[in-house]
Amino acid sequence: MPARETIYARIVDLIGPLNKKAVPLAEDTSFSNDLEMDSLTVMDLVANIEDEWDIVLPLNMLPELETIGQVADAVAKLTK
Amino acid sequence: MIDLLDKFDAIAGERQAYLDAGGRDPVGVVMSKVLSPTRAVINGRETILMGTYNYMGMTFDPDVIAASEAAVRDFGAGTTGSRSLNGTYTSHRECEAALKDFYGTRHGMVFSTGYQANLGVVSTLAGRGDYVILDADSHASIYDGCSMGNADVVRFRHNSVEDLDKRLGRLPAEAGKLVVLEGVYSMLGDIAPLAEMVAVAKRHGAMILVDEAHAMGFFGEHGRGVTEAAGVEDQVDFIIGTFSKSVGTVGGFCVSNHPKFEALRLVCRPYVFTASLPPSIVASSAVSIRKLMHDTAKRARLWDSTRAMHAGLKARGFTLGTATAESAIIAVLMPDQATTLAMWQALLEHGVYVNFARPPATPTGTYLLRCSLCAEHTPEQIAAILRQFDAAAAAVGLRLAVAA
Repeated sequence: MPARETIYARIVDLIGPLNKKAVPLAEDTSFSNDLEMDSLTVMDLVANIEDEWDIVLPLNMLPELETIGQVADAVAKLTK
Repeated sequence: MIDLLDKFDAIAGERQAYLDAGGRDPVGVVMSKVLSPTRAVINGRETILMGTYNYMGMTFDPDVIAASEAAVRDFGAGTTGSRSLNGTYTSHRECEAALKDFYGTRHGMVFSTGYQANLGVVSTLAGRGDYVILDADSHASIYDGCSMGNADVVRFRHNSVEDLDKRLGRLPAEAGKLVVLEGVYSMLGDIAPLAEMVAVAKRHGAMILVDEAHAMGFFGEHGRGVTEAAGVEDQVDFIIGTFSKSVGTVGGFCVSNHPKFEALRLVCRPYVFTASLPPSIVASSAVSIRKLMHDTAKRARLWDSTRAMHAGLKARGFTLGTATAESAIIAVLMPDQATTLAMWQALLEHGVYVNFARPPATPTGTYLLRCSLCAEHTPEQIAAILRQFDAAAAAVGLRLAVAA
């Protein structure tokens, strides 16, 4: 199982190309409010995260995953 | 008090700014007269319709209209009730019989719209602990069916057999699975590689639903859709469709050979908790469906027009959603919103109506002018539309590829 810090760092990498306005990324950065991602972009990011760790992150979980930190927690839990 | 409508200020403001600058509202078109399946009066001007999904031109078919008139006279304007209570007339049963004959299935269930058919069937079939596996470019009604249900929702990359396989492989073997596909994807007009996808889904023990909304009437020997054309009818568990495209009326349906299918009538909320279609609609739909079974000449005309339109646009250097005409939808890819709106308006002012489409209805970042062909389009109309595309592109400065 990968460490939480490793997961967080990799998620930040994956967000990079989608962060058009170069918003500084932190644990509490919000996908909709800070990064202004639309639902399609978020779903494409989810697909990349699933492939990175070979996990299933169902779309119905997304409403609970508002920040980068929350996604890192969810991935950490799924890769245990 | 918090004004609950404040959250829409951004989108409402964007639209207002566009209208204030003299733009014409792409979601506010009004037809004051409809002259035929391919002609209407818009803003006082006779316009060729090239974006109606009226693929088989059944809206003005004399037999369809006669059935509608007879039913409204004999059974009244509406049913005022659910299919489960007072809203099932002989004509609803006859419409379901026509569907069963059309698809060669044992069961058929009519909903009030195609949207409700997807909403109802997807949300009801897949419950808590089950999985819905859907294509990334699925129609809003499929996504909404997922939101309404309690299943876990997994999305695979558009039309990627490999990605579907990979994602199905991650799911627990013992869980119930519903793979949802569309024969034709309505934004770009591309078709699904159904034979390959069905084989993968079956290998992972999933049930399969195919939405044939944009394929009914002109794909396959009997016009049943891409499922028939791909030769996988016997392996698809559920077909969803609509009456509001090739059939020319309004309504939705699901057909299936599953022996337990009729239970859905008891538990599917968008079927139970809404009024049934008016008798005029189900009666005219039944006539239209039966005519579509045999109209091979019309199908051939639709494909001829579609190929002519696709080839014409391609030769003029427009960038299209598909390399060849895969369906009766031809999507012209545009660079940005401003150019798309300007060109859409220029076409309308010269008497051609097409659909303006933007994200999130379209795949990420895509702006489209979408054309859908009708079997009743004449070669003269196609030629006129192509001329107007040339003129409109020049008027808005759209850069075209060098003609091949």
